[in-house]
Amino acid sequence: MPENTDCEPYLRISRLTKKFGDFTALEEISLVVNEGEFVCFLGPSGCGKTTLLRAIAGLDIQTWGEVEQAGKDVSSLPPSMRDFGIVFQSYALFPNLTIEKNIGYGLESQRLPRSEINSRVGALLDLVGMPDQGKKYPAQLSGGQQQRVALARAIAISPGLLLLDEPLSALDAKVRVKLRHEIKELQAKLGVTTIMVTHDQEEALTMADRIVVMNDGVIEQIGTPQEIYNWPQTRFVANFIGTMNFFPATVTGQDQINAGQVSLSCAVGENQVGDAITASIRPEDIAVGRQDQNRLDARIEVIEFLGAFVRAELSINGMESSRLLADFSANLVRREQLAEGMIISIALPAESIRIYPA
Amino acid sequence: MAVNAGNQVVKAKSSRDDRQMLLFMAVIACYLILALALPLYAILSKSFENNDGEFIGLANYIEYFNTPSLTYSIENSLTVSFITTLISVTIAFLLAYGLNRSCMPFKGAFKMISMVPILVPSLLPGIALIYLFGKQGMIRWLLFGNEIYGPIGIVISEVFFTLPHALIIITTALSIADARLYEAADSLQASKTKIFFTVTLPGARYGLISAAFVVFTLTITDFGAPKVIGGDFNVLATDIYKQVIGQQNFEMGAVVSLVLLLPAALAFGVDRIVQRKQVALLSSRAVALEPKPDKVFDRIMLCYAIVVSIFILGILATCQYAALIEFYPYNLTIGLTNYQFDLMDGGGWDSYYNSLELAIWTAVIGTVVVFLGAFMVEKGRKFNSGRNLFQFLAMLPMAVPGLVLGLAYIFFFNSPNNPLNFLYHTMAILVISTITHFYTVSHLTAVTALKQMDREFESVAASLKAPFYKTLGKVTVPVCLPAILDISIYLFVNAMTTVSAVVFLYGPHTGLASVAVLNMDDAGDIAPAAAMGMMIFYTNAGVRLLHGLLSRGVLQKTQSWRNRT
Repeated sequence: MPENTDCEPYLRISRLTKKFGDFTALEEISLVVNEGEFVCFLGPSGCGKTTLLRAIAGLDIQTWGEVEQAGKDVSSLPPSMRDFGIVFQSYALFPNLTIEKNIGYGLESQRLPRSEINSRVGALLDLVGMPDQGKKYPAQLSGGQQQRVALARAIAISPGLLLLDEPLSALDAKVRVKLRHEIKELQAKLGVTTIMVTHDQEEALTMADRIVVMNDGVIEQIGTPQEIYNWPQTRFVANFIGTMNFFPATVTGQDQINAGQVSLSCAVGENQVGDAITASIRPEDIAVGRQDQNRLDARIEVIEFLGAFVRAELSINGMESSRLLADFSANLVRREQLAEGMIISIALPAESIRIYPA
Repeated sequence: MAVNAGNQVVKAKSSRDDRQMLLFMAVIACYLILALALPLYAILSKSFENNDGEFIGLANYIEYFNTPSLTYSIENSLTVSFITTLISVTIAFLLAYGLNRSCMPFKGAFKMISMVPILVPSLLPGIALIYLFGKQGMIRWLLFGNEIYGPIGIVISEVFFTLPHALIIITTALSIADARLYEAADSLQASKTKIFFTVTLPGARYGLISAAFVVFTLTITDFGAPKVIGGDFNVLATDIYKQVIGQQNFEMGAVVSLVLLLPAALAFGVDRIVQRKQVALLSSRAVALEPKPDKVFDRIMLCYAIVVSIFILGILATCQYAALIEFYPYNLTIGLTNYQFDLMDGGGWDSYYNSLELAIWTAVIGTVVVFLGAFMVEKGRKFNSGRNLFQFLAMLPMAVPGLVLGLAYIFFFNSPNNPLNFLYHTMAILVISTITHFYTVSHLTAVTALKQMDREFESVAASLKAPFYKTLGKVTVPVCLPAILDISIYLFVNAMTTVSAVVFLYGPHTGLASVAVLNMDDAGDIAPAAAMGMMIFYTNAGVRLLHGLLSRGVLQKTQSWRNRT
């Protein structure tokens, strides 16, 4: 795990395990979140990401393991004795209270004077870009506006930790993209340590400082979006993030593998000669033209138009068992006049090939 | 749980909220234990004792089953209940079908009329039947020489009494039908009859089963109708009354009670299982079915609804007529003589005011207790086993017939060793028994309303450090206000009409209107009994009306947040 040394660790989770009867929802999760960091828990549904978030909040306390927040052990504390604000997918706005009352709900519990509550609520409404909406009820707002109010309510009490549980999943695609930027901007401005749970990789890649990829109750990889995308450490991560071609191969020598009858050079790491492995390459890394290394002849079987680029399905001479997807820019397609049925020369750059156990 | 070496299982600490909610729940659970579990235990142990309180094992049961005059009642009860179930569910299903699937006019009026029987005590249809079919009945010839006193009278009364309950359940079952199923069947060119038997009936089957069990339980445990119109035809419910009030044989009363408890508990258990399946059907995303006009079908359904309405309104009108006639059939002048209750035995006008007092207390206290209890069960965060026990206690009253509960209260509260003995014959014990008797339905209404709220409200409130009672008062109660009003009106109406539990518990100064109906009828003052029954009806109808106005007026104000504009 790449430790970011300029920041203090704020949240430390050690060997956290959550069991529901015989089912293990989280197994030995250890993780450090730094002060002011934006971390995303990313994974398919049922991977345990929400369970982990709820354990951090104290809403569903773990079976064993520790949660340490701001240097204090909070492992067994109920939610009301922890320091966090939370936003849910369902917004969970109190339907019978106005927007102002919703945002001021936590401030009232702090027994602040009415005038101060009012001015802070006003400032928060400005902050989320809804200065004139304070007197309305939640049902009168759009989904995006409701989520902004939920966010304002969560940060109103200036929590040390902001937890977001799939906050954008219930929104339209366009609103989602807009709110993504707003949340990220707000988080940077406030500098509040934030954890967001999402199953949407695009959301995680665009918003997070670091991503925690989870699957089946364990952490697969922790890293920056670039690290996760470019250097997926496990086959699961490679498959889950972005699009990836996988093809079976065998290690034949020092940095040399065979896929079908095709010989390719690439880093093989710890693998020994004769090991069966799975090799992978992203569609956009497949190059067209006359490179020297890993050159292959491919036939374009299908071309799928996807707007800014096309995705071609290629069959490779000597690699009959698998077809490869390749992304070509519209520009390239025009220049080379690529069409279905054409035989072209492609290359699989060695540095773009990553291998995993078979 | 597998203990992993070196892994200490985290014991979650309780917050102040958790402790306070536990305290609340414990208090209400104690109430249920005192008002329900312990009395039931008392009646159970009493059935194994003799008159002097000595344990005699199964001797009482052996005596019971060797007394043919008593065991006949089992057969009688079952027969009457089966026939009532068959008739009531059939009538209710056809009416629900008409209301749901036809385009007949005046649906609102028919729905309202069909709910009338809920507002009157189950004694009332019996009184009407006496006027219609009794010795000097107005349309006696319709019976072709048969006697109204006995099974015929009981069945007609019980059908009247159970119809609204069956109708509510079946209407719900029919209204969740998925229009897409019908479109699919239509497109496959299935005939109307085939669609009815392959789509409609299977879709409503859980509703039908559930309605059947509810009607069966209501009938077998009802005491009012067989008391008034049963004649020499004995059933289990009247046997309990006769053993206790007539012969002062409390032990035998306890035995009959437990015999009666058995089918009621059984029916309740089956109904719960069926209800669960019905919920599973509900959760699928269905497209609401909009009936299409069909001239012939709509007319048939309209005629049918009119016939059912005439039956219901006819019974009510007969009672009203009976109440206003000076002395049927000799002096047919209209007057209010029969409303001079102070001139008759039965408690006079005081009993009516007592009933009002009981209904108001029951509605107010009952609603608070039930809603708080449901809130603690639904929204509490810890103590799962305690919450499950509470849930069980809350469901139990449904399975306990009112007479059994009332007798259990005699045993428990009238025992000289009980420090709560002072409650006996007071208004307090009437309120306690009525709340307990009608606890389950109220509890379920509250739970349903609470379940519809976002589960995360409490999580958010905890993160905002707001104590639970703040969220309860500011959010939960206002949002659930419609359900809360429903609960209070349900408790009010039932407190006005109930006879079964309270008939054993009222004292010299706490006579009730419903009991007065019973006693005046017993004494032969049938016309005043009808008049008092009508007083109960006016009151309940008035309260219903008020409830309707409240929902439109005040409720609309407090619920303005529901509207989108």
